Amino acid sequence: MSDAALRSPLHAEHVALGATLVPFAGWEMPVRYTGDIAEHTAVRTAAGLFDLSHMGEISVRGDGAAAFLDHALVGRMSAVGLWGAKYTMMCTPEGGVIDDLIVYRRDWDHFIIVANAANKDTVIAELGARLAGFDAALEDVSAEIALIAVQGPRAEEIVARMCVRGDDDIHAMRYYTAANILLTGDIHAFAARTGYTGEDGFELFVAADQAAAVWELALAEGAGDGLVPCGLSARDSLRLEAGMPLYGQELTRDTTPFDAGLGRIVAFGTAANPRGAFVGRDALLRAKAAGPARVLVGLVGDGRRAARTGYAVTDDAGTQVGTVTSGAPSPTLGRPIAMAYVPPALSAPGTVVGIDVRGRREDMTVVALPFYSRAS
Amino acid sequence: MATVPEELAYSAEHEWVSGDTDAGVVVTVGITEHAAEALGDIVYVEAPRVGDTVVAGEVCGELESTKAVSELYSPVSGVVTAVNEALERAPEAINADAYGDGWIFKVELSESATDLLDAEAYAASVA
Repeated sequence: MSDAALRSPLHAEHVALGATLVPFAGWEMPVRYTGDIAEHTAVRTAAGLFDLSHMGEISVRGDGAAAFLDHALVGRMSAVGLWGAKYTMMCTPEGGVIDDLIVYRRDWDHFIIVANAANKDTVIAELGARLAGFDAALEDVSAEIALIAVQGPRAEEIVARMCVRGDDDIHAMRYYTAANILLTGDIHAFAARTGYTGEDGFELFVAADQAAAVWELALAEGAGDGLVPCGLSARDSLRLEAGMPLYGQELTRDTTPFDAGLGRIVAFGTAANPRGAFVGRDALLRAKAAGPARVLVGLVGDGRRAARTGYAVTDDAGTQVGTVTSGAPSPTLGRPIAMAYVPPALSAPGTVVGIDVRGRREDMTVVALPFYSRAS
Repeated sequence: MATVPEELAYSAEHEWVSGDTDAGVVVTVGITEHAAEALGDIVYVEAPRVGDTVVAGEVCGELESTKAVSELYSPVSGVVTAVNEALERAPEAINADAYGDGWIFKVELSESATDLLDAEAYAASVA
């Protein structure tokens, strides 16, 4: 392990729990504590606890903060209500995805942007480059904030029990909204009903020096509900089943939001409710009009051998026509699942494609995403 | 810390071999606890078939986990005499008991195995 790897404020807790730590985006983070499938299943059936302190948090403040983000991002952040959250992206002028983000509105003039760990510095630099002329100030608050997620059908009860004030807010909170709560131990937290698992759940933003207390509180309050700590491996298989993209795999600078099937998050405005220019607008308008040259699809295999990132999607002649972006044996479905870019002609559900799995063809069938949806 | 039983021999590709390794002897082959832990929960094993000829250092199957896939190398040369059929339905036996119920196949050696490591040397290689 490189000495230069960054460590979470929860590093000692991970070591004490016997986690297997791996390098991840410049950090040393838990890939698993006990077993990938047990952790995955706990989130689907009870609850899981995740340390997401490697994620980047960027504060944007000022009277011009909303107008600035409307210019810098593809979504319309000025339309987000107080305590609202929005999934959005930052794109290049050519329409390529620089990062996918969740933006939280903490006040009319204060937003928190959550960026992927590997992209955080790029996002900050790019936001800075887009800031000219706006009355807004950027601050990298990643080091001060620990992000702890409680995800799963028992998450609401567990997080409510962690509160001394705000448990009513937890019960009342809608998906993709947030609130300030007070946790046992007089710990302030910004709690958002967001996640990356396909389950209900909460993400708790707390001061880094209080992360350990929040982590122990969650383990104590959740133990009776079956909450277990979960690593990056479970996080990846959960998000894949939920059909959620991962930057660097489904999303890159060579893909547009339209390629990834996420064109709905690009807000061009309407005649009645027009929106001004934003970075990437012209290229994205062209991409929308032209339609995608390739389509992100879900694939399910009949065999046991799983497609993995980078494997070729082939036609019946064995010619490569697409590429797998993510793939794994699905713990919930018990079958291999994958996401892949394919030509539009091969994107209809029911289409059978070949995957070159280490030199041998495996058939997989195109299905609608997501692979898994929670009962609601 | 993964265990490395004293009485077994090991390959650099993280397989273990039980018993004498002289020509004509039938040995049992599996993967080490270290390898099983690195892969995570194993969900599928593609082992060689009974009657297959395997060659030391060559790929003879694969192991798939939720997180990753890894090729299975034969640590010895010979003919496969048995495969652990139970792994078809319960591949997790490799994670639970890599040196026991998680055995993968047996080989009648066509030649003495020469390139294997003893427990001390293997443990040092993964430390």
